[in-house]
Amino acid sequence: MTDSLANQAAQATPPRVARKIRGFSDRAIAWIFVAPTIFLLLAINIFPLIWTIQLSFTNFKANRLNREPEFIGLRNYERILTDSDIWLNMQATAHFLFWTITLQVLIGFALAWLIHRNFKGSNFWTTVIVLPMMLSPAVVGNFWKFLYQPQIGLFNYIVTFFTGGEASSFEMLGSVNLAPWSIVIVDTWMWTPFVMLICLAGLRSIPDYIYEAAEVDRASKLRQFFTITIPMVLPFLMLAVLFRGIENFKMFDLVVQLTGGGPGSTTELTSINLKREAFEKWRTGYASAYAIILFVTVFGLASIYVKALNKVKER
Amino acid sequence: MKRFNGAAIGAALACSVSVPTLAAADDLTLCWAAWDPANALVELSKEFEAQSGHTMNFEFIPWPNFADRMLNELNSGGKLCDLLIGDSQWIGGGAENGHYVKLNDFFDSEGISMDDFAPATVYAYSTWPKGTPNYYALPAMGDANGWFYRKDWFADPEIQAAFKEAKGRDLAEPKSQKELLEIAQFFQGREIDGKTVYGASIFTERGSEGITMGITSALYPWGFKYENTPGSYDMEGAVNSAEAVEALEFYKEFYETATPPGYTNSYMGESLDAFKSGQVAMAMNWFAFFPGLYADPNTGGDKIDFFVNPPQNQAGSTLGGQGISVVAYSEKQDAALEYIKWFANPEVQAKWWSLGGYSAHNSVLNDPGFVDSAPFAGDFLEAMGAVQDFWQEPAYAELLLAMQKRMHDYVVADQGTAKEALDKLVEDWTEVFEDEGKL
Amino acid sequence: MSAYSITEPSGRSKWFAGTLVILYALITMIPLAWIMLTGFKSPADAISYPPKVLFEPTLEGYVNLFTTRTRQTQEFLEANPPQNWADEIVRDYDMVIVGPSKFGERFLNSVIIGFGSTFLSIFLGTLAAYAFSRFKIPLADDLLFFILSTRMMPPIAVAIPIFLMYRNLGLSDTHLGMILLYTAVNISLAVWLLKGFIDEIPREYEEAALIDGYTRFQAFYKVVLPQAATGIASTAIFCLIFAWNEYAFAVLLTSATAQTAPPFIPTIIGVGGLDWPAVAAGATIFLLPVMIFTILLRKHLLRGITFGAVRK
Repeated sequence: MTDSLANQAAQATPPRVARKIRGFSDRAIAWIFVAPTIFLLLAINIFPLIWTIQLSFTNFKANRLNREPEFIGLRNYERILTDSDIWLNMQATAHFLFWTITLQVLIGFALAWLIHRNFKGSNFWTTVIVLPMMLSPAVVGNFWKFLYQPQIGLFNYIVTFFTGGEASSFEMLGSVNLAPWSIVIVDTWMWTPFVMLICLAGLRSIPDYIYEAAEVDRASKLRQFFTITIPMVLPFLMLAVLFRGIENFKMFDLVVQLTGGGPGSTTELTSINLKREAFEKWRTGYASAYAIILFVTVFGLASIYVKALNKVKER
Repeated sequence: MKRFNGAAIGAALACSVSVPTLAAADDLTLCWAAWDPANALVELSKEFEAQSGHTMNFEFIPWPNFADRMLNELNSGGKLCDLLIGDSQWIGGGAENGHYVKLNDFFDSEGISMDDFAPATVYAYSTWPKGTPNYYALPAMGDANGWFYRKDWFADPEIQAAFKEAKGRDLAEPKSQKELLEIAQFFQGREIDGKTVYGASIFTERGSEGITMGITSALYPWGFKYENTPGSYDMEGAVNSAEAVEALEFYKEFYETATPPGYTNSYMGESLDAFKSGQVAMAMNWFAFFPGLYADPNTGGDKIDFFVNPPQNQAGSTLGGQGISVVAYSEKQDAALEYIKWFANPEVQAKWWSLGGYSAHNSVLNDPGFVDSAPFAGDFLEAMGAVQDFWQEPAYAELLLAMQKRMHDYVVADQGTAKEALDKLVEDWTEVFEDEGKL
Repeated sequence: MSAYSITEPSGRSKWFAGTLVILYALITMIPLAWIMLTGFKSPADAISYPPKVLFEPTLEGYVNLFTTRTRQTQEFLEANPPQNWADEIVRDYDMVIVGPSKFGERFLNSVIIGFGSTFLSIFLGTLAAYAFSRFKIPLADDLLFFILSTRMMPPIAVAIPIFLMYRNLGLSDTHLGMILLYTAVNISLAVWLLKGFIDEIPREYEEAALIDGYTRFQAFYKVVLPQAATGIASTAIFCLIFAWNEYAFAVLLTSATAQTAPPFIPTIIGVGGLDWPAVAAGATIFLLPVMIFTILLRKHLLRGITFGAVRK
């Protein structure tokens, strides 16, 4: 960073005068400006995180204040990692993550590619498409529950309108086979526009001259698509996947409202399971260990992914 | 925190010795679930407001969120509720964690005797440890899980003839669980008045306590026991006994063959909806709803009748209902105790019943006119004679959620066998009691 | 893009693309349209099969959303004629309005907590962003990454110690507690976005001001802030939308006093079971402001939701 004009000016003035002019030194101002933010984050993010780590080694229960918590070492971690039910929750989460991201990438990219044709009114329709993702997931989840009702719901009606059969012949939220897909559908409905927007930014970042050069070389449209469009959009797409991955790993509100984790435990994503342990069973120590495991998982996966992303960007 | 709790309880006890007759007017908040009886209580409490000069506020929370919200409130030491009509299973935690004020001294000084209340309700709603004379609540609302059915359909000659032909006996209120299922299966998918109807609506809810409350209504009549010997926490062979397996398989068969489609996560509200919309011939639900059902303009009156949960190997009903407690974190405990004193009054209890609340006071229940005072009053007495409740341990939430998961996994999600589900439940519960240091 | 460009799509392909996109947009709007329609249905129409598209609109859902009602006897109803049009609607069910419902309060809580936390995040975030943008701060990159990484924790995981902390401090179920919490969550977004906006303002403006005898503070609020106004406004709307939509913390940390609308709306019940028109009415009222903001915000949308990682 080059010395700013101000600093040059400051150096040219005697120190005492400079201080008078500016009131505080830049350094002091920098700290005054940053400190409240750092303090808030320390108080509401870092301190709790450290506390969670500490709690995770105890059998503390937040609803038993008159029972002294005991230090139990790694017992909570051992129990969680060997619990086959928790692995089922992880699988449900993985299913949800994999399919939401796949569908959102495919549909989102396709939409962006179409919108990039710049047809008349494309700006307006883009705004319309984007609406669902800005809404409250809890309220949306609650309302989709209504749409999914087998006897009165619009979803079943529309599906059977095209396929024939009784509207009450299938239950999106109640059947073990369909429930995992019901949450994938709603999340895809809500978040495809997000992937679309990022892809669109990617497509718009490709300069025209590259295509023009390809045209001159008589490369086919298909070839242009695979050698220019896809590689140039890939870093954007990967960024979209990162954001969706982190968000959906945290998924709670939408699914809680839709299925509450049911039927049985088929859609019980890790966050829902964690909520049950922490705030319904009040196994605070155990849930803390669970939280740490989830945090390490998402943080670890995200770091590996970001490295891969940077490699793609460098190419 | 600990010392604070102790101090609060101490203060409460000290005050309770001399409840002032002319206390300053307070703003009291009473917390309960949002349902018909709560509205009746608002009506009833107007009298208390007039007499005492205190103002009553009410915080009623929908059932699916009630336990979550209230336990969260208690666990965070919230001052929202001065009085809490808490579910029967909370009494252990309420007492041991110091959320509820112990009422013994208050009862003694005010001459309120627990002998005046039905023994089953005192045992279930007031005492901790169970059955000892340590009282943390006054029985407020007796309740059990019962059944109601479309009397007009049962009385229809065509339907009666069809039933006789199909099952070889007369269509009448079931005398056993198996008859109940048979009747439900008979109605399942039948055309009545040009509409397809279904057998019965039963509890299958996953999130709070629904499916457990429904399944225990089958388990208890089959002779289910939580422990081999009471107080031993010895559950192997009791919880997963042959009878329990049979009862659980029965409930699953019921769910699969005699309930309307889409009722995979249904509890009180859904059960009422299914019945009121004319979809089902029968439905299970808490007695608390029966006055409202009987008054319903479409499906009430002479179209409805009620029966107690049918026996199988023995009589048995799932207990509902609540006691009223004073919250230890309240700053207005004097006024709250005043309310309880007023509520325990036999005249108030009689009015409580007449407004649609289920009084547990002997003077009401033993009144010769009681049985005929409502079409479900006799059934209520019968049910309360054979009620059983879920664990009331301080760790009840963990025990309940384990059961919710195992039962829903088996019945609705169709995973594993009944025996496996109960075996896993024993494992889960054993783990909970080990954590508690009780095993 | 020039009309003669060889990369410009043909008219036919534009027409084709337009049709598909519009079709997708229309399908994606069906659920939202259905929410709004259901708000104007009677409970019977809302649960009728097949679903009704044409129906007689009624404000029943909205009346039920904003009031509490009790059933009354015929004698009472005859003795007390309806007070107003809303009362008349509920008379069809032998009920009378006895008071307002909690919805208004919950909505107001959403407004207070939303605006409170947005103001605080923007205030603190602008200061921090300015400092990161203009001064050399030791370990600036690490600090910035730290600020961002706090967004990766699942809210439920963070909620455990926050619950304990708030309980001890008496902040559970208070507006202040929720404002601080949402500020802490939003501030990472605010700092990242605002730093991007401030980076784009040429330093020369301030430096000229400093030479003219302004102090740093004066230069900051007289020169930088007006330049950053658009950026600040769009960041503010993002913070507001987050706080407005948040559910997990709200459901765990609030109950009677500070509860916001998202945990409340799904629990609106009528006479037995969910009152779908009232729920739909609540959802409509709650979602509309966000839809309007989204339309206003469309140019900054991408930057906001990707923490400034993607700018155009």
